[in-house]
Amino acid sequence: MTAAPDGHPREIVVAASDLTRRYGEEATAVDALRGVSLQVAAGDLVAVMGPSGSGKSTLMHALAGLDQPTSGSVQIAGAEITHMDDAELTQLRRDHIGFVFQFFNLLPMLTAEENIVLPLTIAGEHADREWLDELLSRTGLGARRSHRPAELSGGEQQRVALARALVTRPTILFADEPTGNLDSKTSAEILELLRLSARQYGQTIVMVTHDARGAAIANRILFLADGLIVNELSGATPTQVLEVMGSLQ
Amino acid sequence: MAAVALKGLLRRKARAVLTAIAIVLGVAMVSGTYILTDTIKSAFSTVFTSVYKNTDAVITGRSAIGGEGNEERQVPPSFPAPLLAQVRALPDVAQASGGISDRAQLVGRNGKVISRGGAPALAFSYQPGAERFNPLSLASGNWPSNSKQVAIDASTASKEGFKVGQPIGVVARGPAQRFTISGTVKFGGVSSLGGATMSVFTLPTAEQIFDKQGRFDSIQIAAKPGVSPQQLVAQIRPLLPPSAQVRTGQAQAQKSTDNTNGFLNIFKDFLLAFGGVALFVGSFVIANTLSITIAQRTRELATLRTLGATRRQVLRSVLLEAFVIGLLASIVGLFLGLGLAKGLNSLLVSFGIDLPQASTVFATRTVIVSLLVGVVITMLAALRPALRSTRVPPIAAVREGAVLPPGRFARLGAYPALTTVLAGLALMVVGALVSLSTGTRLLAIGVGAVALLVGVAMLAPRLVPPLVRVLGWPARRFGAAAGSLASANSTRNPARTASTASALMIGLALVTFVGVLAAGLRTRFERSVNEIFVANYALTASNNFSPISIASAKALATVPGVEVVTGVRAGTGRAFGSRLNVTGVSPDVNRVIHTKWLAGGSQAPASLGEDGAIVTKSYAKENHLRVGSPVSLEVPNGQRVALAVRGIYEPPKGGATQFGDLAISTARFDGLYSNPQNVYTFIDTQGGVTPANTRALQTALAGFPDAKLQTKAQFKKNQLEGLNLLLNLLYVLLSLSIVVSLFGIVNTLVLTVFERTRELGMLRAVGMARRQVRRMIRYESVITALLGAAFGIPLGIVLALLVGVAIKYAVFTVPVGTLVVFVIAAVIAGMIAAIFPARRAARLNVLEALQYE
Repeated sequence: MTAAPDGHPREIVVAASDLTRRYGEEATAVDALRGVSLQVAAGDLVAVMGPSGSGKSTLMHALAGLDQPTSGSVQIAGAEITHMDDAELTQLRRDHIGFVFQFFNLLPMLTAEENIVLPLTIAGEHADREWLDELLSRTGLGARRSHRPAELSGGEQQRVALARALVTRPTILFADEPTGNLDSKTSAEILELLRLSARQYGQTIVMVTHDARGAAIANRILFLADGLIVNELSGATPTQVLEVMGSLQ
Repeated sequence: MAAVALKGLLRRKARAVLTAIAIVLGVAMVSGTYILTDTIKSAFSTVFTSVYKNTDAVITGRSAIGGEGNEERQVPPSFPAPLLAQVRALPDVAQASGGISDRAQLVGRNGKVISRGGAPALAFSYQPGAERFNPLSLASGNWPSNSKQVAIDASTASKEGFKVGQPIGVVARGPAQRFTISGTVKFGGVSSLGGATMSVFTLPTAEQIFDKQGRFDSIQIAAKPGVSPQQLVAQIRPLLPPSAQVRTGQAQAQKSTDNTNGFLNIFKDFLLAFGGVALFVGSFVIANTLSITIAQRTRELATLRTLGATRRQVLRSVLLEAFVIGLLASIVGLFLGLGLAKGLNSLLVSFGIDLPQASTVFATRTVIVSLLVGVVITMLAALRPALRSTRVPPIAAVREGAVLPPGRFARLGAYPALTTVLAGLALMVVGALVSLSTGTRLLAIGVGAVALLVGVAMLAPRLVPPLVRVLGWPARRFGAAAGSLASANSTRNPARTASTASALMIGLALVTFVGVLAAGLRTRFERSVNEIFVANYALTASNNFSPISIASAKALATVPGVEVVTGVRAGTGRAFGSRLNVTGVSPDVNRVIHTKWLAGGSQAPASLGEDGAIVTKSYAKENHLRVGSPVSLEVPNGQRVALAVRGIYEPPKGGATQFGDLAISTARFDGLYSNPQNVYTFIDTQGGVTPANTRALQTALAGFPDAKLQTKAQFKKNQLEGLNLLLNLLYVLLSLSIVVSLFGIVNTLVLTVFERTRELGMLRAVGMARRQVRRMIRYESVITALLGAAFGIPLGIVLALLVGVAIKYAVFTVPVGTLVVFVIAAVIAGMIAAIFPARRAARLNVLEALQYE
């Protein structure tokens, strides 16, 4: 298993075992996941790759409690989530999970800063001022904090979304194609920010992507094909990632 | 293209239904009103036709001053009975029968008179051998055959639990008398006579209890075969005294029907007005809903344009959609009207308006008007959104987040809205202040009010953001994240919020208008009662307004401790060529009624004698009268009386005048009017109002079940009962338009939830609980409702102020409590409207919502 730089074993924050997910019934049934097990340790930046239809999104949705697996278990921060009801899942999302979406999903009537602190507002908590300022300066949004999404570029909007996911210091941050809607220059900025969050804040991240450059920032890269993990690399270059991907097509 | 429009409509069934409801309710009100009034008219017409079915000619009493049939309580004078023998002697008369018809109340088991819905208590005489003229048939028992028997209508018997052979009290002229029920009767062809009661006596009994010995109220005549009714009438006419008139049976039935139809038409217009208001509100809802759906379909419409659809085709497809919605909604509304007609009738009965019913009349006119009104209003409301839809550029098909280009008038800014508001206000002020006829003034105010409402609705989008800053404060302050988001959401699309709130504004403005105006009338009335009522007790009929027998007042005169009992008689007469209200007053009336004398002084009532008269200031002014001026008064029995003015008084503003237009002495009045009655009787007792005095007076009134003794406070309360009933009826009828506007809120919220699906998914993903989602939608709904109140209530107050000035009868009073209730009601209404959309929003599957495009 992985160990921290100081040699101590790191805490496992996400653990899935033998996950299956079947859509539809009988003859027309499709198995999106066919028995996936994985563990994510605190501080990991895991990229999940795979061709379309490989089940990478389904895996992330199951890990995040957005979708109910057909069988298997998912534990986040030691708690089994597959049988949680809506209220428990809501609480889980507040306490442990952060999301970054492909479409930034910002509220148009709120300012950048208000969007960032939204998860705290919803939970009825107040932002830690220092942490918020740190996030704003780290994401380069300090000067744009009182702008509304309509006045921000796509890259800026995604940076707001990233800061929104980080503001609660979640146990685990799920990023679903975070650069899927951005050009290559802004994609690079977002990836760099994700990498920095993992390295500097020890933020655990699971990112679904089809971008080899994106995957290359991860310390672990999982490859999915036909609902199974078929390969895993740690610390790969984009070229290596593309090679593995090529072998999967 | 038409197929595309209709398929699109099918796909958006839920939305189409929600849109349609706005029109369904208004159309149902229109159709229900027609059905109800047609049914009532048909019942009356059946009654009158059957009354005169076998009658070729009918002689009735004739009031010298006209106005026959207009006042239910004014029975025309009777005529001498010997006329019957003369009629029978005519060669072409086959049969003739004379009868008495009057008013007699039945006393229920609770000792009080049976009075339902202000309907008349009819009394008839029964003539054996004249069956062909008798519209009544026996339901059980026998016709009365002696002076102790009465037959009553079967409906009253069953409602009040009376059976044949049991005793029943009857109030005719004096105290209640006991009769035995000989049988029950019913009217053929009519399922209900409404609240009316019937009692049938033998002719001699009727003569005696109504004090009409040797007189008839009507003679019904059948002609010999081959003689036309017109010929018969021509033969009879020369025999008639001035106090009688003759008509053919058909003409008489028509005359009676026309009289009731006149009233029913006013009543119909009154109810239709509420249907109109509901449709007006509905048009706002439709326009708003279509605007939202078109905004949401921008990409779809743009795609159609890229595929080669012309603007005209887009316009036609949207209008076609509106037409289909309007037509379906109107059809549903039309049939819903059948049910609503029953509901309206129950509503009216519960508010004391109980009218006869026959089998339901569903006229072609009802169908045509309902469908036409529903479709036309829907199409008109759709016009603006449809025109906007044509401005969707084809490029919007490929552009993310494309929005509709602003409307053509947008660049004019707030000017059109401001102009409309100012024009409306100006018209209303003209109506209120410039001296024109009251009708013209009210018309100016009405048109002004509509302009004002439309203008404010146009201006509303600009007012929404600042108002939400204020009205959204409680939500932001106490509603945590859900409250803040709701407040922010309601200003995201100010035009949409404004339009939704405007629909509610109309209903609330009207409710406020009615409430404020009623408060003004009430204040005025209370002030005038306080001013004139200086007696200890008052005596009125149990329904507070019918005149009652003077015997009740006489019975009080002998009660120990009573110092003054003086009744005010009431009747009508004619002088200076027009009808006027005539009263009779006693010399000591000044001791119980305070009057502001302008001439003649407080001794005027005592100086009336045989030929004195008291007139109001306005009557004196109108006819140039001074003390000593002669007045020639004509009374219903045809007599002309020469009077001289002895006093002129000024009645309090807005209240009833103490003594009508003209007062004569009680003694003279009793000599001129058959069956004189008191509208009010005032009593002064030794020691004022005491339990002992009250008891003594009540005991003396035991034989008068219709007489109601009351103190000043009770009198005020009772006299305001009618106004309060009317007010409540108006509230109920106006609530229909408020319900329509609530559907508008539901509509907007549902569409908004739909539009914000992905956003709701995100909110749930970042930790928003279902409860918070529901709360967020609910707050947004309440803020919209409060906006409606913020627009509507001030408008209603302004409207009431101006109408109050125009009619001069109201003291401007703001009923703060009532208005607070309206605001609370708006909040509750907002919460109710949010139930369905909030549930939908909370139930969204997070994952599906996130993936929604």
